[in-house]
Amino acid sequence: MTQDLIVYLIFIAYGVGVLMTFGTLLTWVERKQAAVMSDRIGANRAYVRIPFTQFKLIWWGLFHGIADGIKMLVKEDFKPRTYDWYAYAVAPWVVFAPVLLVFGVIPFGGLLDPGRLFPSLAAWFGGRTYPMQIAQLDAGLLIVFAFSGMTIIGAMLAGWASANKFSLLGGLRAGSQMISYELVMGLTVLGLILIFGTVDLGSMVRQQSGTVLGFLPAWGVVYQPFAALLFMTAAIAENKRIPFDLPEAESELIAGYYTEYSAMKMGLFMFAEFIEIAIVGALFTTMFLGGYNLPYMNDSGLALPGGYAIAMSHGAVVVTQLVVFLVKVMIVCSFQILVRWTLPRFRYDQVLKFAWKFMLPLALANLCLTAVLVWSHQGAPL
Amino acid sequence: MKTPYKRKVYWNEPTLTLWERAYLPEILRGLIITSRVFLRNMKKWMTGKKGALTTYYPEETRFDYAPLNRGKHVLTQRPDGKPQCIACNMCATVCPAKVIEIEAGFDPSDAAHPKYPIRFEIDYSRCVFCGLCVEACPEDAIRMAKETPGLPSDDRRQMWLTLDEMLTWQPQSDVAKPYPTAGARSAQGGAR
Repeated sequence: MTQDLIVYLIFIAYGVGVLMTFGTLLTWVERKQAAVMSDRIGANRAYVRIPFTQFKLIWWGLFHGIADGIKMLVKEDFKPRTYDWYAYAVAPWVVFAPVLLVFGVIPFGGLLDPGRLFPSLAAWFGGRTYPMQIAQLDAGLLIVFAFSGMTIIGAMLAGWASANKFSLLGGLRAGSQMISYELVMGLTVLGLILIFGTVDLGSMVRQQSGTVLGFLPAWGVVYQPFAALLFMTAAIAENKRIPFDLPEAESELIAGYYTEYSAMKMGLFMFAEFIEIAIVGALFTTMFLGGYNLPYMNDSGLALPGGYAIAMSHGAVVVTQLVVFLVKVMIVCSFQILVRWTLPRFRYDQVLKFAWKFMLPLALANLCLTAVLVWSHQGAPL
Repeated sequence: MKTPYKRKVYWNEPTLTLWERAYLPEILRGLIITSRVFLRNMKKWMTGKKGALTTYYPEETRFDYAPLNRGKHVLTQRPDGKPQCIACNMCATVCPAKVIEIEAGFDPSDAAHPKYPIRFEIDYSRCVFCGLCVEACPEDAIRMAKETPGLPSDDRRQMWLTLDEMLTWQPQSDVAKPYPTAGARSAQGGAR
C-alpha cells in the first residue's frame, strides 16, 4: 500500500507540476508566438539578475510569466460592494479547481514498472505495475465532462455576484455559449466511444497504439477526422477564446464576467484559461492523437513497418512516452494559439447559430455515420 | 402601421462565392497564411537573422527618421563654443509641460551677450516634443535634432538633459544662419 501511495503522490506532483508549468509558460508562448506571427519581437524585457553581479538572465523573455504572477500577487485586491460576497470570492476557485481535476483521468504515460526501473527496489515493489495516470477510472470521459461542466457554474457565479451589469451580461453569454458547445463536444466524442467501445481514457489510448492498414498509426484522428475538427472547434469555444471570446469581449463588455475582479482573483481566471488550453491539448492528444504513443512504438521498443524491431530499455520507453505526450500537447496548444491570433471574433448571435445550426447537425451526422459503420463491421476489426 | 424593419442593401455589399460561404476552406487559408509567416520568421530567428520589422529600441535605433522629426534638443553655439542662448526664459515660459529650467548668469566681459545660462536643463520624462521652445526662441539657440534622445531609464530623476549634453551642435555650415568664423568676428569687433 505504501508503494502505491508513493507512486501516486509522485504522479499527482507530476500532474500538478506539468499543469502549472504549462499555465505559466503558455502566457509567454502566446505572446511570443503572436509576435513572431505578426513580424514583431514580443515579450523580451523581463530578466533575472544573478545577485551581486551585473549578469542578467533574459532567456528570450521567459521570465515574463513569473513577472506577471508577481504583479498579480502584489496588486491591490479590490473588493466591490456586492450583495453576495461569498459567491464573489468563491467563483474564481470554482473555475480554477475543476480545470486541474480534469487532468486526473488523463494518461500521460504507459505502464510503469518501478521494479524494472530501479532494480534495487524490485523486492519492495514486488512486481507491481502502474499505468501512468492519476486515477484509472472506468468513467474517464464522463468525469472530464462532469468537471469541465462545473466551470460554467464558476463563470455564471462570477457574473452574477459581481453586482455589475457588464459582468452579468458576460456571465449570461458564458453560460449559454458554454452549455451549447458542451453539447457539441459530447456528441463529437460519442463517435470515438462507439469505435473504442469504452469511456476509459487509458484503455482508449492503449487501443490507439497499433497501426491501421499497416502503416497509418491507429490514432483517433485517423478513424474520426471530422470529429477531431469539430471537437477542436467546440473545445476552443468552450474555453472562451477568440474567435469565441464573447463572454469577455473587451470592446463590448470591458472584461465580461471578471470585470470586477482584480489581483490574484483575476489571475486565477486567467491562469484557469491558460491551463485549460493545456487540458484541451491533453484531451485532444489522448483521444485523437494517440496519447503517449509514438507511432510504431510499443512497451518493448520500436516496431517499424516492414518487420524491423528495435528493443528499448524500460526507462527509455517511459521517458519517451512522457516526452511524446508533452510534445503532442505543446503542438496542440500552439495550434490553439495560432487560431486565436488568426481569426476575428464572431458576433454573439453567430456564435450560438454556429453551435446549434451548424456544428450540432454535423456532429449528429458524424455520429450516425459512425454508428452505421461500426454496426456493419460488428465483430470484425475496423 | 409601422413598417417592419427592412435591412438596407449596401452598394458595396460583399458577394461571396460558394467556396467562400463554405467557410472552412477560407479559415484554413487564413491559418496557412499566418503559420507561413510564423515559420518564415522562426527560420530567420533560428539562423541568426532578425525575423521582425520592429526596432529593438533603445539597443537599436531606426536610421530613417524624417528630416523634420522633433527629437532630441540641441543648443546651438557661437563660433567660440559658448551657447547661443541668452537665458531669456521664453522657451521655459512657452513650454506646455514646464520641463525647461534655466539659471541665468552674468558675464561682463562679453559686452554683446552679457546674459548666459549657467544651467539649462530639460526633463525628458515630461517633455511632450511639441517644438514650441524652438518656435519661441528669439536667438535660434535651441533646435531639435531628428535623432531620439536616449530616453529609457530606470529612474525618472536620471532623465534630465543638462547643458553639456545639449551643446553637441557642430555645424560646418549652417543654412539657416551663416556664422562668421572666429577670426572674422574678432576682425569685425576690431573694426567697430
